[in-house]
Amino acid sequence: MLPTIFCTGCGIGSVMNFSLRAIHDLNIDMNKTVFVSGIGCSSRVPGYIYSDGLHSLHGRAIAYATGVKLANPELKVIVFTGDGDCGAIGGNHFLHAIRRNVDITVISINNFIYGMTGGQVAPTTPLKSKTTTTPYGNIEYPIDLSMTAKVIGAPYVARWTTAHPVQCINSIKKALQKTGFSFVEVLSPCPTSYGRLNKMGTALDLTKHFKESTINVKLYEKMLAEGKTTDKMVIGDLVDIEKEDFNTKYKKFCGELK
Amino acid sequence: MIHVNSNYCKGCLLCMEYCPKKVYVKSEKLSKKGVFPPEVKYPENCIKCHLCELMCPDFAIIVEDKDDK
Repeated sequence: MLPTIFCTGCGIGSVMNFSLRAIHDLNIDMNKTVFVSGIGCSSRVPGYIYSDGLHSLHGRAIAYATGVKLANPELKVIVFTGDGDCGAIGGNHFLHAIRRNVDITVISINNFIYGMTGGQVAPTTPLKSKTTTTPYGNIEYPIDLSMTAKVIGAPYVARWTTAHPVQCINSIKKALQKTGFSFVEVLSPCPTSYGRLNKMGTALDLTKHFKESTINVKLYEKMLAEGKTTDKMVIGDLVDIEKEDFNTKYKKFCGELK
Repeated sequence: MIHVNSNYCKGCLLCMEYCPKKVYVKSEKLSKKGVFPPEVKYPENCIKCHLCELMCPDFAIIVEDKDDK
């Protein structure tokens, strides 16, 4: 299967690398793991992994994953999804899977654009960014996936970039060990579509840009305490709480009815 | 020992940028893929941090912890 079909410098390969390392370090049984994906560049990932996988409809990855988890709660379900897949077409499923608190791990690879179909504007595209459908700059406000997950009440939310490999692996490990909906957003460079249209250069320049345009959540809280604000994107472990997941609640509920 | 698989490498050179000891240099020979892959020029400087292995999006680099002597 290798080499992968991703473009030169695409961050999806790195995210796959991080996830597989986290799974390897935790000694997770691959016979009891299912990888689910929707449509998009990011959704090519389960095709490279020797395990059960489900390449589903556009945006419906989380809906399929919910079904897999409810049918067989023993399985570990990992969803690979992109920003368009998770935030636009599958936005509704995303919100309601968090509300239901299904025990799945969602790894969202955010490259700020619809990469596979030629670089159209996505819900996460920053203001004034150029895409093929907004050649004079984007005028719509972007959605922040991690903050959305935090507000609705996901028990684990983390955001990193591909320029922070070790931290990202640790977060994916925590997410995999969490019972309940765990969400890891990874900002990933798309040099072919996003980088080229916005004149941001190659993957090297984009990863440097990520390092400069993000701020760790601990530093950000310090800044807030001092009364300062910043336009930078907040990265780090944003939420880490305990919450009863849907499967245990459902079992309890069935026990009460008998 | 550092192995670079030039058939997998797509020439993004993230390994070269993120190596803290600058072990790699850009090769002057084109690979089969038509890119300039990284070349391990100073293997004695390697501190086995595995950062190049982690950063590589194409699974092209393997760093062995033990050197063959």
